[in-house]
Amino acid sequence: MRARITIPPNMIPRYLVIAVFVLLTAALGMSFYAWHMRGRAAAVPVAATDTRPVVAPVAGPTEQVTLYVAYDDVGVLRPQSARIPMPSVRQQRAEELLRSLIALYLDKASPHPLPPGADIRGIYMVDPGLAVVDVNAAFADGHRSGVLAEELTVASFIQTLAANIPGILRMKILVEGKERETLAGHADLSNFFDVSAVNQLTSQLQATQ
Amino acid sequence: MNARSATDKTQTLWVLCGKWFAVGLLLLLAVLLLSAAVPEKHLSIYSTAANYSLPIVDRDSKDYIGLLELLEPLGTVSAKSDLPRWRLHYNNVLSEFAVGSPRARIQGRDAVLSARFLLENGRGLVPVASLASILPRILGGPVTLHEESGRLFVGSIATHFTASVSPDDPSRLVFHFTSPVNPTVATEPGKVYLTFNREPVTSPASPTLTFASKAIPSATYSENNGAAKITVNSTIPLLASFSNDSQTIVLAPAKSQFASTAAGASTTLPPASPPAQLPAANPSLPVTRHYFAIVDASHGGNDRGEALSSTLAEKDVTLAFARRLRQELESRGLSTLVLRDSDADLSLDDRASSANAVHAAVYIALHAASSGHGVRLYTALLPYSIDYDSGPFRSWTTAQQSSIPLSKATSASVATELKKDEINVRSLTAPLRPLNNVDTAAIAVEVAPSAADILQLASPVYQQLVTSAVANGISAIRSQLGAAP
Repeated sequence: MRARITIPPNMIPRYLVIAVFVLLTAALGMSFYAWHMRGRAAAVPVAATDTRPVVAPVAGPTEQVTLYVAYDDVGVLRPQSARIPMPSVRQQRAEELLRSLIALYLDKASPHPLPPGADIRGIYMVDPGLAVVDVNAAFADGHRSGVLAEELTVASFIQTLAANIPGILRMKILVEGKERETLAGHADLSNFFDVSAVNQLTSQLQATQ
Repeated sequence: MNARSATDKTQTLWVLCGKWFAVGLLLLLAVLLLSAAVPEKHLSIYSTAANYSLPIVDRDSKDYIGLLELLEPLGTVSAKSDLPRWRLHYNNVLSEFAVGSPRARIQGRDAVLSARFLLENGRGLVPVASLASILPRILGGPVTLHEESGRLFVGSIATHFTASVSPDDPSRLVFHFTSPVNPTVATEPGKVYLTFNREPVTSPASPTLTFASKAIPSATYSENNGAAKITVNSTIPLLASFSNDSQTIVLAPAKSQFASTAAGASTTLPPASPPAQLPAANPSLPVTRHYFAIVDASHGGNDRGEALSSTLAEKDVTLAFARRLRQELESRGLSTLVLRDSDADLSLDDRASSANAVHAAVYIALHAASSGHGVRLYTALLPYSIDYDSGPFRSWTTAQQSSIPLSKATSASVATELKKDEINVRSLTAPLRPLNNVDTAAIAVEVAPSAADILQLASPVYQQLVTSAVANGISAIRSQLGAAP
C-alpha cells in the first residue's frame, strides 16, 4: 500500500527551496568570480593594455635641437643636443620637441620617469607669444608628487620650447583641455608661466646643490 | 489545487523579500545620511607649549585619541610597538600599555584605563576619559579634562573673564580676559557669538550672566566640540572692538562705536591687524590678531600630498613639522600661528587669505618629499602678469611681488642656519601656490630625509634638528622682518 504524501498548507515546497538555494548560490558564486576577475584586470599594468593609437612619425629634414632634460638623482636640468625630424609649421615643431622629451622620460633608463601613457594632446601657439600645452590625464594623474619633481617637469618643458622656438613669452599647461590647479599637488598650473622667470629658474636648476 | 497554493506562497515569499529589501535599503540610507550629518569630534589641548586640536575617533562607542599625537607638541616623545606591549617614552617617563587590555604601567606604577588600549597601524589609542588620570603621571603636572566638550587644559593655563555693562552707558558690554584672546565673532538678529577655538577660555562662576541693561539683558557661556562660546543676547545691533592688547572686548551699539572711533576715543586695535570692528551685518567674519609668523602645514584632509611610504603621508609629516616649528619659534619669543593644526582640508586661496588677514611678518609653508636629501627652500616664481595701473589694489596672482627681496633674505638666513647644522640645503624659486598670493615675506621649506631612510621624516630627532635651524634662521632676520609693512 502506497503512503500518500501531503504538503501542509503553511510549508514551502522542497523543490522551490532547493531552486532558490541553487539560484542564490549561483548568484553569489558569479558575483565572487566577477569581483575576482575585476581585481585581476585592475592589477594588469596600464602599459600592457594601452591601445591608444601611436602618433605617426614626422617626415622632414632632421634638425639639431636642445632638449632640457631633468635628472632626479641630483635634481638638476641639463641641456642635451639631439637631432630630430622637425616640420616647418611652428605648432608641429613644438609638438615634436615635447614628444622627443617625453620619449626620453618614458625610456627604461629615464633620468626623470613619467607615468606610462603620458603624452601631449596638442600644443597651440597663440600670438602674441603664448604657447598652450595640453597634456593627457595619464601624464598628470600618474605624475610623482613633490615640489622639485613637478618643478623639474614644468621647467624642462618650458625651457625646451623656449630654447628652440623663438618668440614664446608665456606658457600655459592644460590637462585634457581643462585648467587644473596643480600638476600633482604642488606645481601651480592655474596661472600663465612667465618664460623669462623660468629662464632664471633653469639657471638655478642647472647648478647642483 | 496544491500547485496553485505553492504558486501563491512563492509570490508571497517574493513580496516579503522585496519588502525586507526595501526596508533594509531605507535603513542603510538613513544610517548613511545620519553619519554624514555628524560633525567630526575634536579634542582641543591647551598648554604653555602650544594650543592645538586633534580628531577624536569612535571605537566600541567610546571616544579614543592618539596618545603619541597628543604628546608630540608638548615634549620629546617616541613610541615602540613590541606586541602585545606598546611602549611610549615621553621625556624621561616610560609608559607601557597592554594592547587590548585596560592595564598599563606608567613610570613603574600600575594604571587602569577606562577601556581597553587599542593599537591601529602602529598608532596607540587611549580612551579620552582616561586622559585625566594618565596624563598627570606622564607629564608630571596637573591636567584638567572637560570630557563632554572635548577640552584639555595642561597646567594652570585657563583664561578667565569677567563681563559687565558700562556704568555710564548700559548699552555697552565690556569683557575683560586674563590673557589675549582672538575669538571668531558672528552675529544673528538678537545675538552675538564669540567663539574661542584656540584660547583656553573657561566658564565663569555661573554659565548664565545677567545684566541690568535693556539693550543687553544676558549672556551665556557654553563649550562644545573643543571650543568655548559666549552668546550675548541683545535687542540692538552690536559691534565688537578689541583693546588692551586683545584682553578687552567691548560690544556696543553700532552708532556709539563709530562716534567713538571718529572722535579718536580709547578703542585701540592690535598693531598691524586689520580693522577689528565688525558690523552686525557681517556674520562669521573672523577678527584677527597679530602674529609674527604663520606656519602652514601643506596639504591635509583629502589632499594627502605625496605618499612618502606605504604608511607615511606628506600631510601628516608637514603637520608634525609645523607643530615643532611653532614650539621652536615661540621659544624664541616669536608669536606663531599654525594655519592647519588638524587634519583639515584648506584650499590654497584660504591659506593665502588667512595669512594676509593676520598681517604676519613671515609666512612659512612646509612640504615633505621622498626624493633628494636635506632641505630645499623656495621663494615664489611669479606667474606672467601684465603691468597696468590697478590703483590701490594689488593683483592676487602677484601679491608677493613687493615682498620678494625680503622673502629671498629670509630664505638665505634660514639656509645659513641649516648649513651650520650640516644639513644639505638648496635655495630655488618655484611656481608653488600660495607663495605668490601672500603679501609678506614668504618661503616654502621642503624637507627630505638626510639619508635613504624615508622614515627619518617621522623621527622627532630629525624634526627637531630641522625646525630648530629654521627657527634660528627666522629669528636671525627678525629685525628686518619686523620692519615689514
